[in-house]
Amino acid sequence: MGALSHIRICDLSGQLAGAGATRYLATVGAQVIRVEDPVKQGTWDIVRGAGPFVDDRRGIEFGSGFNNHNVEKLGITLNLREERGKQLLRSLVAVSDVVTENFAAGVMARMGFSYDELRAIKPDIVYVSNSGFGAWGPHTAFKTWGPIVQAVSGLTFSSGLPGEAPAGWGYSYMDHMGADVMAVAILAGLIHRNRTGEGQWIDMSCTEAGTTLVGPDLLDYTINDRPLRREGEPHSNRSHAPLRVPHGIYPSDGDDNWVAIACRDDDDWHRMAAVIDEPWATDARNDTLAERAAVQDALDARIAEWTRTRDRFAVAESLRAAGVPASAVARPEDRIDHDLGTSEWGLWPTAHHTEMGDVRVDGIPLHFSETDWSIERGGPCLGEHTHQVLSELLGLDDDEIERLAKDGIT
Amino acid sequence: MTSEGSDELDGLAGPLEGLKVVELASEHAALAGKMLGDLGADVIVVEPPGGHASRGYGPFADDVDDPERSLWWWNYNTSKRGVVLDLTTDDGAEQLRRLVADADIVLEGEVPGTLAALGVDHPDLRADHEQLIWVSVTAFGREGTRAHEPATDLTLLAGGGPAWSCGYDDHSLPPVRGGGNQAFHIGSTWAVMGALTAVLAREVTGRGQHVDVSMHAACNVTTEMGTYGYLAAQETVLRQTGRHAMPTISMPTQMRCADGRYVTTGFPPRSQRDFESLLEWIETLGYRDEFPETMLLDLAIERGGVSIAEMSTDDLARDIFGAGREALNFIAERIPAEEFFVGGQTRGLACGVVASPEEAFETEHIKARGFQVEVEHEQLGRAVRYPGAPFLMPASPWRISRRAPLVGEHTDQILDGEELSER
Repeated sequence: MGALSHIRICDLSGQLAGAGATRYLATVGAQVIRVEDPVKQGTWDIVRGAGPFVDDRRGIEFGSGFNNHNVEKLGITLNLREERGKQLLRSLVAVSDVVTENFAAGVMARMGFSYDELRAIKPDIVYVSNSGFGAWGPHTAFKTWGPIVQAVSGLTFSSGLPGEAPAGWGYSYMDHMGADVMAVAILAGLIHRNRTGEGQWIDMSCTEAGTTLVGPDLLDYTINDRPLRREGEPHSNRSHAPLRVPHGIYPSDGDDNWVAIACRDDDDWHRMAAVIDEPWATDARNDTLAERAAVQDALDARIAEWTRTRDRFAVAESLRAAGVPASAVARPEDRIDHDLGTSEWGLWPTAHHTEMGDVRVDGIPLHFSETDWSIERGGPCLGEHTHQVLSELLGLDDDEIERLAKDGIT
Repeated sequence: MTSEGSDELDGLAGPLEGLKVVELASEHAALAGKMLGDLGADVIVVEPPGGHASRGYGPFADDVDDPERSLWWWNYNTSKRGVVLDLTTDDGAEQLRRLVADADIVLEGEVPGTLAALGVDHPDLRADHEQLIWVSVTAFGREGTRAHEPATDLTLLAGGGPAWSCGYDDHSLPPVRGGGNQAFHIGSTWAVMGALTAVLAREVTGRGQHVDVSMHAACNVTTEMGTYGYLAAQETVLRQTGRHAMPTISMPTQMRCADGRYVTTGFPPRSQRDFESLLEWIETLGYRDEFPETMLLDLAIERGGVSIAEMSTDDLARDIFGAGREALNFIAERIPAEEFFVGGQTRGLACGVVASPEEAFETEHIKARGFQVEVEHEQLGRAVRYPGAPFLMPASPWRISRRAPLVGEHTDQILDGEELSER
């Protein structure tokens, strides 16, 4: 039994910002029933059928992202343009604890599933919507995806080197974090419902969730009137708060190889200097943080000279052995296939997808001592569990189910 | 269970009302404690004598370097009360045991082994309190070969995958750490997911449990295609300026506008309506004759847009698609960033302005949704604006119930008062 085996989620969400939330809940036992559109073959979700692919096969059942983001879910199809499709969704809502979606704001209401309509079906339903700017406000109609949310929330700007364009995040960080915060919203909504008997509509704006992640810089602005848009900022490989020197990502031997080093205090630096064991490092003039900060550019250049001819793993290991935080900048292969920190955790479980076969996927970065997560089943094929859900959960007989399929309702 | 929030005058209690959390102050889990507190739990943060080290992290209010003015501490410790305990003494350890005796959740980010050595680790305190939920947020998890390696936000983001995907087209520049302690944020958010999952499980089983959070593992599964592209297809992504790292180099999507600020143009127009909007925008700005590929936009409208599927077989479709992107770039270079953002979005074209945190905070949208939250700081003699709720939860609202505690501000109230039950 999983931690949430008593919870059922009627899941209209997708992509990663929505699917990632219900993915987690499914891995800890919630029954997540993902509802897709048979007419468009589920391609509202842009990763359904999108690469990369495990082999030469292509099509809606072969997208590895969709498989990754939807493990342990059941998949059904319902044509919500048709009244009979809507009626089936109502039946599903009636036996669900939670309804989730991350359509553009207003889509659910236009389909006839506003919160008022949902709670008329199930008074204590926990309804969680996640969109770029939330369900109301001047920018509600604006279209977003991860990179846009990251840009408008302040995260993209905060990541970069001085004198360069913003580096931003090289992936949809806020799809991941949006999904994680959405999972928090769902769980908090359930806890509240269980205590009070009361459901509610939780409206998440992914942009606001993003802006909660730049807090100290914001307070520097609201309290000290100091904007982050200023000369020399951002310089995000360095550490200004707290001030730490040296602190950076340095080149190492080979093509595009790098090593990150972070001295937390004077002791870390003295240990690092002993590992380097050259006069410029052990020089007493660099003993204190203030002294090192005053010559940070020159010190970084020296360190880069030292690291440049050395193996990134060897540098990191020698520093860590001395107690100094350091790490090679890990390529996917390094951290997935050659890292005890992930393999001992069991971080890359193999999920079985009905068409793709066995594929490794993201695991969960938590372990529960009594009710741990489990990932065995891959993402559902389009409508893979329609018959099962309509029959076992909604009590339809085989004739009815067949007729719904023939009429294009499922 | 104690619940200070129940006598709130301003109405509804948060969703975690009634849960008591004892948090041992740490960098890693501070955001997790804040999230639980802002959601209504009674969070008591325990600091060592003199206060936790993160009170030494700047910036400081009015730039006065003082443990009571650290904006790092203020940001991550809202809605908590604070006590000081010296856990290295028998008395301090005993006080912690009493504090935990009626707690629902313990949240900590100590190096594995530290608490066991003091006799106040999970097995010690759970022995006669089987409902206790214990959440550990550590670099590599509590067990395993790497459990004792030193790590910081930088080394976690470097070793866990995010940094490899972030940076510039120019690979002579290093990969970039995303700013703002995000390894801690990732770990803390997972910690809250784990804690609340354990609360729901306990409602059924009556038993608490240990939740082990590895920030390294959490970073590893927060890299999108950087991870699943390798898992599924052994692909290695390459970092690219301001856009997704991909196995091959893609077209730039981040443009510098006329005012020197940047915008992200995202995915170019494809539908007929997109092209109509784009052409209308160019005409409104008076660039119909100046933009060299207006004719391709006209063609796009005539043929009803283009699809991605057509790109591989139809040269004209590819040219039209390229012209759409060129048109966005053309406009971006000629107008200020904010005007581009609003101009594009009101025409249904997805795009974003690369806002600094303070710019992101001052938008009409954010204000309208109540995201700017005033928190009273009597020490400054004024209220200060903080970032607000990540989601709106009307029946049980997210709320900053109080500013971060001073060092030991509630030690007497909590340890000597009637709050502490003998168990």
